Amino acid sequence: MIDLLAEPLAYDFMLRALATAVVASVVCGVLSCWLVLIGWSLMGDAVSHAVLPGVVLAYVAGAPFALGAVLFGFLAVGLIGLVRDTSRIKEDAAIGIVFTTLFAAGLVLISVTPSQTDLNHIIFGNLLGVSSADLAQVAVLAALTLAVLLFKRRDFTLYAFDPTHAHAVGLNPRLLGAALLGLLALTAVVALQAVGVVLVVAMLIIPGSTAYLLTDRFSRMLLIAPALAAGCAVAGIYASYYLDTATGPMVVLAQGTVFALAYLFSPRQGVVGRAVGARKRRRAAAA
Amino acid sequence: MSAALELDSVTVKYDDVTALDGVSLTVRPGRVCGLVGMNGSGKSTLFKSLMGLVKPSAGTVRLSGMPPAKARKAGLVAYVPQSEAVDWTFPLSIRDVVMTGRYGHMGPTRRPRPADRTAVADALARVELTDLADRQIGRLSGGQKKRAFVARGIAQGASVLLLDEPFAGVDKRSEATITALLRELAGDGRTVLVSTHDLHALPQLADEAVLLMRRVLAHGSPDEVLRPEQLARAFGLNVLPDGTPAPAPEGATP
Repeated sequence: MIDLLAEPLAYDFMLRALATAVVASVVCGVLSCWLVLIGWSLMGDAVSHAVLPGVVLAYVAGAPFALGAVLFGFLAVGLIGLVRDTSRIKEDAAIGIVFTTLFAAGLVLISVTPSQTDLNHIIFGNLLGVSSADLAQVAVLAALTLAVLLFKRRDFTLYAFDPTHAHAVGLNPRLLGAALLGLLALTAVVALQAVGVVLVVAMLIIPGSTAYLLTDRFSRMLLIAPALAAGCAVAGIYASYYLDTATGPMVVLAQGTVFALAYLFSPRQGVVGRAVGARKRRRAAAA
Repeated sequence: MSAALELDSVTVKYDDVTALDGVSLTVRPGRVCGLVGMNGSGKSTLFKSLMGLVKPSAGTVRLSGMPPAKARKAGLVAYVPQSEAVDWTFPLSIRDVVMTGRYGHMGPTRRPRPADRTAVADALARVELTDLADRQIGRLSGGQKKRAFVARGIAQGASVLLLDEPFAGVDKRSEATITALLRELAGDGRTVLVSTHDLHALPQLADEAVLLMRRVLAHGSPDEVLRPEQLARAFGLNVLPDGTPAPAPEGATP
């Protein structure tokens, strides 16, 4: 058993893959708690796709990926708001139009960009090919994002729960919302190293949703979601090593499986858990 | 002594729809004021202009003599939202929610200090929710939910409480409890503005009432304001100018 766990660790690329995936999972897991409660799952999907042209342009210009990503993240949110507010198009359609168009622009840019590092890796992720420099960038961005999220966590939670009250006690809900969106764009850059643009949204929604089914306390969600996400990252990478399957998707599959278990067996919210609870109560009533 | 609430010919427009048309209203400290009017009469807009959520195109709003932004910074205004505006599955306890009332008094991380915990405990005791403080907010009755949000305003130290339809979906006994609580808070010198559809209970609840139909149609004691001829003007129980009978709003019939 020890050998099974230790064998992959003999390879540097596996160590870097594990470190990258765990770091990305933790940041995504923490952020996902707010996204699922605000109802920003679609927004997470949109921003994580829309950063693609920004990342490619940053690559071409030799600028940090994060810069291009944040710029295009805000551009996407701005365009979505513009289309929603100034035409009869509803928000979900506006989101769909804007992010797919920007994503397509990113794909076109990739097709005309001569590059040594294969930009296709940005789309599907390339955990096993993460370089030390990539890992360093992921670690810095993740630390920055996590620091802001945790420092302002109570404000973000109030923003998610009751922005009107936040306004009433002198906070600035618009600023808090914009800050969350900026952090979302940064997180997308972190996570696309791990699983690629296409699957980032899974890491931004599943851990928070799973934790939401397991607790009634937001403070506990903030622990459960990143812990589960990190566990799934490790489990997914090991599974992909021994099953010889694609790495990023295995991580997401692991998260989906844990969500399914919580959906079924969560003591209070799970489908089976609730049925068992009801039966126990009936028995207690009959006795 | 300055008025707790003061609107001076406030007009609010959404695009080309006029929601409030030259509303002037003054409420003194320590009063409970009932706000009555049919749906679309501008009650919500009136709340929003007091909170600084909409900008009047004309007129001025003052809370304890201050413009809304300054009053918010001072934590003077508390808002109790309508039930349907709240996500009751949100994973926060009653104590957590009441603690958010203290955020204006806290440092940038909003880490509670002993004084904040005391204020929250006192507010919970005041609304008699101490025993339920660690419950998730959705696991409460309709009346308890309202009291939790009132406790948030108490913990905030607000001198003006705005309550939007607090009696909707609340049973009669809870309504009486909340009414008694609001009267007590007014007794402390706080000012309470309540929008309500329950006209029967208005005389027990409020010191004064305002009948709103984009303009202030009447402002006085609840008995004066609730006279049938006044209600007919506000609720259109007569016939509209184009000859069609106006729909009677819920709770409007005396």
